[in-house]
Amino acid sequence: MTSSGVRLEALRRQFGNVHALDGLDLDMAPGELVALLGPSGCGKTTALRILAGLEDSDSGRIIVGGKDIANVPANKRGMGMVFQAYSLFPHLTAIENVEFGLRLRKQNAAARRKRAQDMLDLVGIGAHASRFPQQLSGGQQQRVALARALAFEPEVLLLDEPLSALDAKVRVQLREEIRRIQLEVGTTTLFVTHDQEEALAIADRVGVMRAGQLEQIGSPEDIYRTPATPFVAEFVGLSNRLAGRVTGDVVEVLDTKLPLVAGASVHDGPATALVRPESVDVTADADGTGRVVAVSFLGPLARVTVALPGDAVVVAQLASARLAEMPPGTAVRVVLRPVPVVVSAA
Amino acid sequence: MTAPTTGTLEAPTTTGVRGGRRHRSRIRDLLGVVPFFVYVAVFLFIPTIVVVVGAFAGDDGRPTLENISALADDYIVEAFVRSITLSAVTAILGAVIGALVAYAVVTAGPDSLVRRLVTSACGVLAQFGGVTLAFAFIATIGFSGFVTVFLKDSLGIDIFSGGMWLFDLPGLVLVYTYFQIPLMVIVFLPALDGVRPQWREATESLGGSTFYYWRRVAAPLLAPAFIGSTLLLFANAFSAYATAAALVSQGSPIVPLQIRSALTSEVLLGRENLGKAMALGMVLVVALVMWLYGLLQRRTSRWLD
Repeated sequence: MTSSGVRLEALRRQFGNVHALDGLDLDMAPGELVALLGPSGCGKTTALRILAGLEDSDSGRIIVGGKDIANVPANKRGMGMVFQAYSLFPHLTAIENVEFGLRLRKQNAAARRKRAQDMLDLVGIGAHASRFPQQLSGGQQQRVALARALAFEPEVLLLDEPLSALDAKVRVQLREEIRRIQLEVGTTTLFVTHDQEEALAIADRVGVMRAGQLEQIGSPEDIYRTPATPFVAEFVGLSNRLAGRVTGDVVEVLDTKLPLVAGASVHDGPATALVRPESVDVTADADGTGRVVAVSFLGPLARVTVALPGDAVVVAQLASARLAEMPPGTAVRVVLRPVPVVVSAA
Repeated sequence: MTAPTTGTLEAPTTTGVRGGRRHRSRIRDLLGVVPFFVYVAVFLFIPTIVVVVGAFAGDDGRPTLENISALADDYIVEAFVRSITLSAVTAILGAVIGALVAYAVVTAGPDSLVRRLVTSACGVLAQFGGVTLAFAFIATIGFSGFVTVFLKDSLGIDIFSGGMWLFDLPGLVLVYTYFQIPLMVIVFLPALDGVRPQWREATESLGGSTFYYWRRVAAPLLAPAFIGSTLLLFANAFSAYATAAALVSQGSPIVPLQIRSALTSEVLLGRENLGKAMALGMVLVVALVMWLYGLLQRRTSRWLD
């Protein structure tokens, strides 16, 4: 299978007064899986649809495998696409759906059928080849859609929130399957989602979008541990907004000096630090200034919400085994771990 | 031994009470549909039985096949052929034109003014048959209709130079098509609404052209709804009476008008059971159409399970 690199250069797209894409730049290496993550209306789906050829950009370049394909129609781009839902042809069986793209490429019937069956086996649904889409569950339908998109060996695979219509358990299973298959076939893949957990779990790199631009792109760990902006810090994962004071390259929060993330450019003075719940430790202490106001059990982990003097509230993430020590109302001491944090203007 | 015995005795009693409640509740539920069954019995089943029994009965009430045999008479066979031709032609014309109008409406967007206007107009026009419609056509393109007079006086065109076509089969085709088109728009619009934009986009991303999409995806998906709607239009035209009765005053070119003749004409007076035999013939034609519709339903149900 040939896999191509993708480069989007200064893509712009405007709908009325709304700038869906405002000079988007994105590079994807051959075989890489990049997730575009962002809130509704940030432009991630528009970017994917422009790359697929289903939307036109107002300006900018789309380079796939070294060629500018901005003027190539969608049906000549050779990109496999999996939609959010309901994209299988209901009058065709699962295997006929998978054969659809192969038939268009004039493959002979026997080769076509074998390839389609192989693809269904790859996505783990080979036994249901003769079923119609309505006879399959949502997760099974998306597996067929994935097999269909990969069957003709596309240069690029585009996944437009393919898991968003599925229930939580199936979503986790299928995202792992998608990653396994993507690694196996090695197709360059753009995965659009608003679910941060999904993006962080399967992508080589995650691009966080805001208002038609990439706010930050990096490995899932970079995005999570060293967010470049307050928006990324708040959008990816949970953050406590705690009042502090910046002095040089540290910010003092709750009497603790925390280093700023590398490259942060903030002036000395009052600021709001964005601190991850797992960077907050809470211990029961009769002399502590905090008071537990709520606890949430999350399986192996738990979240404890603590009210501090001066109306401040901080959420800590702990091992759930420690919940017994601090039921609501318990006096506690709050300690911040000295990991780099992002700050925004107070 | 006492406890198990008691347990065994109590269980059926409880079940019996519950079963009795459920039974009464079911009877209460059925009471709600009694008006529907009464309506269907009075206006469908009983007339059908009367027609079937009458078709096999002579004027003296004794069983006979005379009325059924009479269905083979030339004038009745011709009436059936004309009725079927009229229904088929207006169903196909109405279906094709109506489907195109419905598609235009769908492309205008779900909340567009065009859609609201067209669907409202179609809702009215689909029910605009009968004497009113016949009069509307007579007033516009009848012998003295204002369009006829205008064309003759101003442009020298006589639309009746070839004969009184408006009051014969061609006229009925025109007038029936007038109410068939809006009916098609109404019944076909939901099918077009059900066509998902993702199917076109999926076809494109898989390498298909617009033509390929229509040939391999949209057409097969819409075909059952289109054919089903056409069959509905056929049945609608086949059973129409008032429009033809108001428009055609000479002769009885179609079956409903032949039935009228059998019931009221001085020539055929006293042969009302022949009318019932013809009505039975109509029932059989409509039943055949419904059977075809059922076949379509069975085919599409595989997609909709």
